[in-house]
Amino acid sequence: MSNNPQLNRNGQLQHLLTTEGLPAPILLNILDTAESFVGVTERDVKKVPLLRGKSIFNLFFEPSTRTRTTFEIAAKRLSADVVNLNIAASSQSKGETLLDTVNNLSAMHADMFVVRHAQSGAAHLIARHVRPEIHVINAGDGRHAHPTQGLLDVFTIRRYKPDFRSLRVAIVGDILHSRVARSQIHALTTLGVPEVRVIAPKTLLPTKVERLGVHVYHDMTKGLKDVDVLMMLRLQNERMFSARLPSTEEYFKYYGLTQEKLSLARQDAIVLHPGPMNRGVEIDSAVADGGQSVILPQVTFGIAVRMAVMSILAGN
Amino acid sequence: MQLPDAEQLLIQLTESIRRDISPSTALVGIHTGGVWLAERLLQNLQLPLPSGTLDVSFYRDDFAQIGLHPQVRPSDIPFTVEGSHIILVDDVLYTGRTIRAAINELFDYGRPASVRLAALIDRGGRELPIAAQYVGAVVDVPSDKMLALEQSADGTLGLSLYSKIRDNE
Amino acid sequence: MKLVIRNGRIVDPKNGVDAVTDVSIDAGKVIAVGPIPAGFHADREVEASGLVVSPGLVDLSARLREPGFEYKATLESEMAAGVAGGITSLVCLPDTDPVLDEPGLVEMLKHRARNLHQARVYPLGALTRGLKGEWLTEMAELRDAGCIAFGQSDMPLPNTRVLMQAMQYASTFGFSVWLRPQDVHLADGGVAHDGEVATRLGLPPISVCAETVALSNIILMARATGARVHLCRVSSAEGTAMIRAARREGLPITCDVAVNHIHLSEMDIGYFDSNCHLVPPLRALSDREALRAGLRDGTIDAICSDHAPVDEDAKLLPFAEAEAGAVGLELLLPLTLKWATEMKIPLAAALAKITVEPARILGLDAGHLSAGALADLCIFDPDQYWTVEASELKSQGKNTPFLGMELKGRVKYTVVDGNIVHEG
Repeated sequence: MSNNPQLNRNGQLQHLLTTEGLPAPILLNILDTAESFVGVTERDVKKVPLLRGKSIFNLFFEPSTRTRTTFEIAAKRLSADVVNLNIAASSQSKGETLLDTVNNLSAMHADMFVVRHAQSGAAHLIARHVRPEIHVINAGDGRHAHPTQGLLDVFTIRRYKPDFRSLRVAIVGDILHSRVARSQIHALTTLGVPEVRVIAPKTLLPTKVERLGVHVYHDMTKGLKDVDVLMMLRLQNERMFSARLPSTEEYFKYYGLTQEKLSLARQDAIVLHPGPMNRGVEIDSAVADGGQSVILPQVTFGIAVRMAVMSILAGN
Repeated sequence: MQLPDAEQLLIQLTESIRRDISPSTALVGIHTGGVWLAERLLQNLQLPLPSGTLDVSFYRDDFAQIGLHPQVRPSDIPFTVEGSHIILVDDVLYTGRTIRAAINELFDYGRPASVRLAALIDRGGRELPIAAQYVGAVVDVPSDKMLALEQSADGTLGLSLYSKIRDNE
Repeated sequence: MKLVIRNGRIVDPKNGVDAVTDVSIDAGKVIAVGPIPAGFHADREVEASGLVVSPGLVDLSARLREPGFEYKATLESEMAAGVAGGITSLVCLPDTDPVLDEPGLVEMLKHRARNLHQARVYPLGALTRGLKGEWLTEMAELRDAGCIAFGQSDMPLPNTRVLMQAMQYASTFGFSVWLRPQDVHLADGGVAHDGEVATRLGLPPISVCAETVALSNIILMARATGARVHLCRVSSAEGTAMIRAARREGLPITCDVAVNHIHLSEMDIGYFDSNCHLVPPLRALSDREALRAGLRDGTIDAICSDHAPVDEDAKLLPFAEAEAGAVGLELLLPLTLKWATEMKIPLAAALAKITVEPARILGLDAGHLSAGALADLCIFDPDQYWTVEASELKSQGKNTPFLGMELKGRVKYTVVDGNIVHEG
């Protein structure tokens, strides 16, 4: 694990591939810059001329309208030109390889690639093979990382709980398959959160997850005690058919977040969810729409965080 | 070289602005020195509208050369720009590029009735057709030097000269 | 052709020879190890002072990719790589296209290989037709055509009844069954060891249980059927311990390990290095240590190259999608020497793991240098450093985690059947 593939020779952010291994000052710089963009998104003219003339390609090898849209809005608010490519449906089926696609698009003078792929490591692979002036943002690769989501989550937390050093955070749900959880864990531990818990049945936890610096719980009543922040994860429907869980009903009963379970956490605890939510599976509607939920602000802040990442990368 | 006293210049600047103020005059300071000055001017002039702050990092024309400023602060305009009479406040007026960026940013908040410019120091060297209506002093500064406003712990303002050119102004 | 190799350090593990002397060769046979017989006039003399003269290496696992995968490698390219690595006998795996499950195919392959006059090729026949794990192949016919044993390569055999019957049938004729222990369900979709690295990188895991559960089945069936079993490429500490116990019990089980696995671990995956996408997966450091120890104490008989040339396009993919495997023919010797140096193992004992031991598993009279033995030799400079670079490798595949690394030990001459087939 020698030189960090995310940093350039001057130690500046060259690509954003994962929150793991990034120095805290870089993470904080993204969060601080995002604060300024929150102001921009609240104005009448929600646009700045920063990335005028830059071309940003959204390369979505795995379809996700929601994530793609947030990146698209972020890029447009920075005045960049955005090209959306849903590659799952086009060249991959014609036998063109991932790197063929990337090379073709590089020839169109792309400045930045936003990459979503079903395989862990896809963004790393692209970053390793693009021309040095091109920046890569990982918009989710397999189970590995979804760094902008992790960053917008810590940004949201900081808005409500400014002191990371006094927080107890619980991440609940399918940690095993979750790139969001991995990115949250690395961001939280790097920023000095002293206690990060993961709560899940054993079939949804990866081996040696404690090596990521988290405390493992299988019981919500114990795991939620005195928690300041609850980060719920989406339970993918396909997990239901993989013998990892017997039913959504049983999952909801033991791991779904209800008002009753939420009351075990601190009174002023906040609830996050990366969306889209499965109401009645991992979270009860009363909690999702309740006073402790910050799920909608997360979406708003997501644009600002992505604007920050794009503008910092484009400037390095 | 002998630099003028910033506190003295601030008094002169206050008096020259005082002639033109109305209840719809609003001050907007440009980070960082301009914000300190705008706060002091607001106190001195007893304006009814709160003053705004601008960080022009997102509007700079040298982003392609030097990237994003490492510490961007949020811009904050706590009054309605539409129809207001705005006085932009900056510490040192030099190439004019920061002011260009500030005017552009200001217009993304709305259409002001008028915009004027107040600068503590005008050091010449303009690269754009921009002039200040209110100036504390005109100072000739060698082009390899950087002139900066600083604020001490007790809030006193002072001017300093550096040999390193950071960027424009 | 008469050949004399002078002044080399002869290391012959089987006969306990480690001495500086001469070797005389005639008509494909070793005539003498020691003073050159009176009246022997060599056609060629090789000066080997400062070099080690070892029996030719015997590799238990090499994919030559023919027939069917000539875009990855050809018989010509891989046979050249083999002798460049000092390998004089090798087992090629049946996972070709078509699969080696027909006597005609095996004969054709043996014939083509023989015409290249390089290493001797011993095909491993498919245990089941098309390696599909459903029907037995005509093992006796295949043996007559030249198959040395029968296995599934890396293809699963999920049906335990078929496995049991394959072992019974093979043991009827005394054939040995080669199996890589991996439970198909437990390993399903996995690409990396189920440990810290896979968890961090989000790579679908393969647990140690996938190996041990399958191993447990195989050992129980070996006990029940009496079949000779060769376990291919064990990867875990727990698996090694199970094999140790089974052997202590006296079961007719032998075992090999891939040369990559005695040097690398899951940590080497780094940032998704697809050259470290191997089958079985690189496991934890503690597993690597157990493999190294198992090799030393004899639980593991042999080291194989597990040679798998992969075309560049198939490696330039996200880790899980990249084709598994690494080339190894040209690295088997230096990496075995590296293990020996690191473990302070005498040269003869180390060379045994790639000469006489694999020959014994194959039932071949090879891998030694007695008078009358096949004149298959590997002459190497034990002290020469070289850097593994794509341009240095004869194999058509350039895929190895050791690219860019400096290794010690370089083959100078390879002799097969009394003829010098490689000069480095």
